[in-house]
Amino acid sequence: MEKNIIPILMPKWGLTMEEGQVNEWLVKEGEEISVGDEIIEVETDKITGAVEAVDAGVLRRCIAENENIYPVKSLLGVLADSSVLDTDIETFIEAYEIPYSGEEDAEGSGPQYLYTEVDGLRTRYADRGSDDSVVLLLHGFGGDLDNWLFNLDALADKHRVLALDLPGHGESGKTIPEPSISGLAKFVGKFLEAVGVPSAHIVGHSMGGAIAMQMVTEHPESVDSLGLICSSGLGPEINCDYLQGFIDAQSRRELKPVLQQLFADESLVNRQLVDDVLKYKRLDGVDDVLRTLSAMLLSATQTILSDKVVASGKPTLVIWGEQDRIIPVAHARNFSTSAGSSVEVEIFDSAGHLVQMERANDVNRRLLEFLG
Amino acid sequence: MARTISFKEAINEALDQEMTRDPSVIVMGEDSIGGTGSPGEDDAWGGPMGVTKGLYGKHGNQIMDTPLSESAYIGAAIGAAACGMRPVAELMFIDFMGVCFDQIYNQAAKFKYMFGGKAETPVVIRTMVGAGINAASQHSQMLTSIFTHIPGLKVVCPSNPYDAKGLLIQSIRDNDPVIFCEHKSLYGVEGEVSEESYVIPFAEANVMRDGEDVTIVAYGMMVGKAMDAAKTLAKEGVECDVIDLRTLSPIDMETVLESVENTGRLVVVDEANPRCNIATDVSAQVAQQAFKSLKAQIEMVTAPHTPVPFASTLEDIYIPSNDSVAIAVRKTL
Amino acid sequence: MSDNPFPLSRDELLNIYQTMRTIREFEERVHVEFSRGDIPGFVHLYAGEEASATGIMAHLREDDRIASTHRGHGHCIAKGVDVKGMMAEIFGKKTGVCGGKGGSMHIADLDKGMMGANGILGAGAPLVCGAALAAKYRDKGDVAISFVGDGASNQGTFLESLNLASIWNLPAVFVVENNGYAEATSVDWAVACDSYVDRASGFGMPGVTVDGTDFFAVYEAAGEIIRRAREGGGPSLLECKMIRFFGHFEGDMQTYRAEGEVDDIRAKRDCLKSFSKTVTAAGVLSQEDLEACDTDVLSLIEEAVSSAIAAEMPIEADLLTDVYVNY
Repeated sequence: MEKNIIPILMPKWGLTMEEGQVNEWLVKEGEEISVGDEIIEVETDKITGAVEAVDAGVLRRCIAENENIYPVKSLLGVLADSSVLDTDIETFIEAYEIPYSGEEDAEGSGPQYLYTEVDGLRTRYADRGSDDSVVLLLHGFGGDLDNWLFNLDALADKHRVLALDLPGHGESGKTIPEPSISGLAKFVGKFLEAVGVPSAHIVGHSMGGAIAMQMVTEHPESVDSLGLICSSGLGPEINCDYLQGFIDAQSRRELKPVLQQLFADESLVNRQLVDDVLKYKRLDGVDDVLRTLSAMLLSATQTILSDKVVASGKPTLVIWGEQDRIIPVAHARNFSTSAGSSVEVEIFDSAGHLVQMERANDVNRRLLEFLG
Repeated sequence: MARTISFKEAINEALDQEMTRDPSVIVMGEDSIGGTGSPGEDDAWGGPMGVTKGLYGKHGNQIMDTPLSESAYIGAAIGAAACGMRPVAELMFIDFMGVCFDQIYNQAAKFKYMFGGKAETPVVIRTMVGAGINAASQHSQMLTSIFTHIPGLKVVCPSNPYDAKGLLIQSIRDNDPVIFCEHKSLYGVEGEVSEESYVIPFAEANVMRDGEDVTIVAYGMMVGKAMDAAKTLAKEGVECDVIDLRTLSPIDMETVLESVENTGRLVVVDEANPRCNIATDVSAQVAQQAFKSLKAQIEMVTAPHTPVPFASTLEDIYIPSNDSVAIAVRKTL
Repeated sequence: MSDNPFPLSRDELLNIYQTMRTIREFEERVHVEFSRGDIPGFVHLYAGEEASATGIMAHLREDDRIASTHRGHGHCIAKGVDVKGMMAEIFGKKTGVCGGKGGSMHIADLDKGMMGANGILGAGAPLVCGAALAAKYRDKGDVAISFVGDGASNQGTFLESLNLASIWNLPAVFVVENNGYAEATSVDWAVACDSYVDRASGFGMPGVTVDGTDFFAVYEAAGEIIRRAREGGGPSLLECKMIRFFGHFEGDMQTYRAEGEVDDIRAKRDCLKSFSKTVTAAGVLSQEDLEACDTDVLSLIEEAVSSAIAAEMPIEADLLTDVYVNY
């Protein structure tokens, strides 16, 4: 009987999320829901997003109340076929307990972030899930491993997932010994060694994509497959104003419009998100790192790596947001044209440069499909 | 790594990291080490509230105890600053400013101007402010406005651990004299603070909460009261913009004016006595520059025009409360 | 030429004379200009006290710091601050050493180690403790000198500074320029102890009293004190007993002084006259040497005054500058 009753739970977005606020239900009790429909708008201290339906059914119960805060994995609502009895639904609701996150606790009843040293530099990373198949997520310029907050747990269902803060970013050390795509690729290679992983499916976003492609070129044996999300290195164009704006912004007022360029839906840029980026930018050493990297990126985009990727023969999936204002979606289309069937390309509408956030469920689904 | 530490620990960390980074940063104050010349432990106190505890062990050469002699050692800190050092001197309680005020407002504040631009006085004077621990009239005042009044001084008053660390690092790196006010009742408050060094620029107020109906401006311990009041008012359907000034000189009026132009209503909360305080200053500036946006009279929530009383019942009334802030907000509606 | 019995060379002695003469002519001229009504504000003249500033500053290097009193022109000149810049400052002109923003009471040049004349008496003493502390950190044997008058020697700031300098063993020297009057009030009445040496020992440091109108006495005493401070021997107090020719401030009718007192001291206790007499009697310098020097000094002062008078006033935009390094 319970198979037909599908709980709608408070999701876990990122490593530190412990609770979220239900801003509002986007559907009403009694409505028919299809897979992929947005059901609830949830806000955390990091971001606002929508919980999407992973199953179809009728929304039988809205348990969560608007404006209230609920812990991760708490029961927010119930989906079921209209044939399921109300009493069964009541029983289910009453019996529901937030599952003891045994596995997660075993992994680290202490902090969820892990730290190691790579090339003498403190490096923060996340290590979720377990499996022989390892996925390594690489963020882009000015980002950190939390850029993958909507993707980590979904992917960790089926794979071991690693995500690190690149040098100069997040909570890793704020110096970059070798500020080039090649230098960063070497660093990531050493990171994999440090965590004892010989090879991984490498999924890179933006500058992270260029790093992934460089790894294919320099150490193909460390790359099982390639995921390129709004990646740099596939074409010469990049939004220089965005890079400069990111560096130059000194206040929330100046930074917000810059960050808004990352999304198709600008309202996703809430005060907390801007504050987090501002706090990062104000750490000692970050300004120098960003300036160096920006100069490097502007010249590095002149090096197109797409041919090398095709030549490597590695399975490759390219994902892009149609409304990407930082690196044009044309790069994905051109790559698709030139590479033909040797490369898979998926472009999502209503998504900008941070497509892995704006269309998280779709991106997760597509990646899991690709990874097999 | 961001982790939870107290306001006091955040200040200690800022001092520690700056002393490591720059050997010209020297710390001095009464019992800043606390034990000099005494037979017991060397680092017995680490400041009257333990804020500087442990610094002696790591930076023995850069921290010193002073005799009970504010005029001399605050003046010495200022003189050393004018000669290339970056001293952080502790004026134990802002209430003690009377015995050394000349060095601060006639000397440090005026050197750059009087000497035609040649002088630089990068001194930080850390001092405890505020009421709430029954320390009574001579150890509980909020005298920020007196320093704010003086051209040539900068005045900083953080409300939480993250701000405390970033603003103190900024103060130490700043090349003007800074009065860094630490609210004694906030020392135990905890918050997320990065392990790494970072700065927060001056003249950047922090919008703690967004709301369309009323603007509440506060600083120091009053920020917490404003936030609590805002939560209560939200249940009544009144949404408040809560602005933490963070620095009083320079002050970020742009953020305040932007907010008032949106809400049309202003309440300023200031723990100081009511005449010529930060509240009157902010109110006057808003009245002058955003008059057309105002839909109601400006309300100020302050302490009364009395010294700080000793008895708990009285001190509780003296300090503006969440309720008094909420009442003031309602008066504007 | 006879042997030189002095602790300074002939050229150095000429320099000393030139410094003292510059201070004297500077002050005498400022007195005249002030009485014409061309100098704004308050002015406090050092004439008669030249031997103190010169005798002490002769031992100082550019990195040594001094902080002065309201009566600071002499200290400035002896420390090497530009005379023309000083005159312009006193006239409140833009070309002044403080851009016209400080005036006589706040005249300073940090590049020359002169941390300012001070309108607050005794305020220089803690500042000098700070300068001495910084010198200690620099570890190059630099010292810092605080000049106070007999009046300010009663200020808490001064007394606290003596204590602080002692317990921190600072390379600081505290000079009490005792000219007998704190404004209009006599030192005999205002200062509790009979001797400043007692005051010094009360704060754990050595103290010396010299005749402040005798350059060589000041030079010798200061030399020893400053050497001791440079070598880590800690602070000392030096009392220079002297006299001032002019009033506390320009405009002071000096009715608190005995009749004929000023004429008498100008005749009998002029440090320039006694210095001249001493060096010419020893045959080290000639009258012609000194007169040539006088001529040079007078033309320098003349130039200083005329360029000050001709110089521009600060403009409105200058009002707002230099309040902060950045705001």
